[in-house]
Amino acid sequence: MVVRVADAVGKFIYGYIFGDDWMVAVVMILALVATGLLLRAGVNAWWLVPVLAVAMTGFSLWRRRATIARTA
Amino acid sequence: MTGAGVVFLTTFLAAVVEAVEMVTIVVGVGATRGYRYTLIGAAGGLVVLAIAIAVGGIALAAIPIGPLRLVIGSLLLLFGLQWYRKGIVRVAARGFAGYHPQELQEEEEGPPESGFDWTAWFLAFKGVTLEGLEIAIIVVSFGASAGQLGPSILGGAAAIVVIGATGFAIKGPLERIPRSFLQLVVGTLLTSFGTFWALEGLGVTWPQSDGDIVLLLVFYALSAAIFIGLERRARRRLLAVAQS
Repeated sequence: MVVRVADAVGKFIYGYIFGDDWMVAVVMILALVATGLLLRAGVNAWWLVPVLAVAMTGFSLWRRRATIARTA
Repeated sequence: MTGAGVVFLTTFLAAVVEAVEMVTIVVGVGATRGYRYTLIGAAGGLVVLAIAIAVGGIALAAIPIGPLRLVIGSLLLLFGLQWYRKGIVRVAARGFAGYHPQELQEEEEGPPESGFDWTAWFLAFKGVTLEGLEIAIIVVSFGASAGQLGPSILGGAAAIVVIGATGFAIKGPLERIPRSFLQLVVGTLLTSFGTFWALEGLGVTWPQSDGDIVLLLVFYALSAAIFIGLERRARRRLLAVAQS
């Protein structure tokens, strides 16, 4: 019972953060870290996260379309 | 500080997306197994959600606003991007079409003639807690980050009440709600606010201060429109190849 609950909670947290494309989440986490590092270096890089969010969405959609085209 | 109206509207719309599914499950189970134990299960699920919101709200209120915005903003950004992407794909495929629920799995046995119907109770309880958990997380995190927990909870609760009342009064309208489009709108809102709060939590200075939330919304919305156009063009090309 405890194992099943822990398994369900783990899957929910994974789904909440990574969803169906883990690459988008990983790149966005790296973008946040990079923004923090740039801030410490004196660069106010407010543009990095929004630009990468849109770029990764486009990349993810392109990968999805490519997969569908391959299997069709 | 984000306005109470914006917080209410965002959590209301986010809750509508999940509440449509939640109420559809409850109405479906109630119609097939009877409403008495289904409603007891749904009420149990709502109590669990209320406790989760209360505990989460109290816990988050104790954390300083800077680190809170970084953590919650990052989570909202990651989650918002998922809805943003799903919304783009679904709107490109179905436009403003409503939600067509998957048929509920048929039970091998019907409801018991007497005694507690645990199946109806469990299906309704599970439907409400699972679909509602995302509402609870959005309500608590969005409300705490904006410093507007009251309007945030009101927005979530209002959506459940409105969709619940509509679902039980007449089933038809639920299927006409453009859930995919709403998911895209909420995904855009969560991604915009998540970006703004996460970066503010990191110490970024926004050039136009709070006005940059509007610019982020416009930027993400225009990008979504372009992606929908690209998705539709790719679908048409794929269909043409399949037909030739």
